[in-house]
Amino acid sequence: MASSSSFSSASMALGDEKPHVLAVDDSLLDRKLIEKLLTNSSCKVTTAENGQKALELLGLGDGQHTLNSIASKVNLIITDYCMPGMTGYELLKKIKESPTMKDIPVVIVSSENVPTRIKKCMDEGAEEFMLKPLQKSDVNRLRCQLTKFSNPHKGMLCMGR
Amino acid sequence: MDVMTQLQRQWREHTAYLRKEGYLDDQFEQLQKLQDENSPDFVAEVVSIFFDDSEKLLNNMARALEQKVVDFKQVDAHVHQFKGSSASIGAMRVKNLCIEFRNHCEAQSLEECVRCLRKLQYEYSVLKNQLEYLFRLEQQIRAAGV
Repeated sequence: MASSSSFSSASMALGDEKPHVLAVDDSLLDRKLIEKLLTNSSCKVTTAENGQKALELLGLGDGQHTLNSIASKVNLIITDYCMPGMTGYELLKKIKESPTMKDIPVVIVSSENVPTRIKKCMDEGAEEFMLKPLQKSDVNRLRCQLTKFSNPHKGMLCMGR
Repeated sequence: MDVMTQLQRQWREHTAYLRKEGYLDDQFEQLQKLQDENSPDFVAEVVSIFFDDSEKLLNNMARALEQKVVDFKQVDAHVHQFKGSSASIGAMRVKNLCIEFRNHCEAQSLEECVRCLRKLQYEYSVLKNQLEYLFRLEQQIRAAGV
């Protein structure tokens, strides 16, 4: 384990920073799960328990601006669909309406496979729609896509994972 | 056979039994795979959250069904949450009962809902006992290894 941590700090020195993911879910249990899945995949994770808190973290709350928020550091947003107050779809819309955040990929997760729901989210610009509970293979795939997103050459490192 | 080997065999057999009887499914194994040196109590922590959530939700369901005018949408919302958390930890029997329960909520059948809630309370308490036994075995294994 010591060797892998020195590897990651070496790669950080090379500018290979860990992707930063914002995970939004009203269930504490699911937040713990997604956080562990992402951390095990070498991602930095911030969690939020609802859409409003997520927007505040991104500096998109009322009267805020994105300065001093994690907005510039976030590479991916994963949000649950079914949440009280603001749904994942509504959160997606707000993010896509923001000039600063609209290009950050947003993945919607749901326990229910509803085709109209999926279409609605994809039409609104969601990167992907995934079913809960998320698996390690799902996160590996997302992680790989993220790397390719930022640097085409880094995509080669995803082989064999 | 020394104590450690005996305990480990009991743990393996009990886990296999829970899988075979459908108390737990693959998702529980996924949780176990996530546990590592960085979070050696991960499964126990997640299951503990599950227990807290479950007890709260079961109470909410019971209270909602006791109302003079039952709000089936409200009952369904609690069941939906319970279905989600049971799916997340791999509690298959509980999850399947939740699916059945949601059908009764949609049909707005009070009698069926009450019956289903009783079955759910029973299945949950059985699962809780099973998992607590599993964690006790794990603690004993850890103690024997010191």
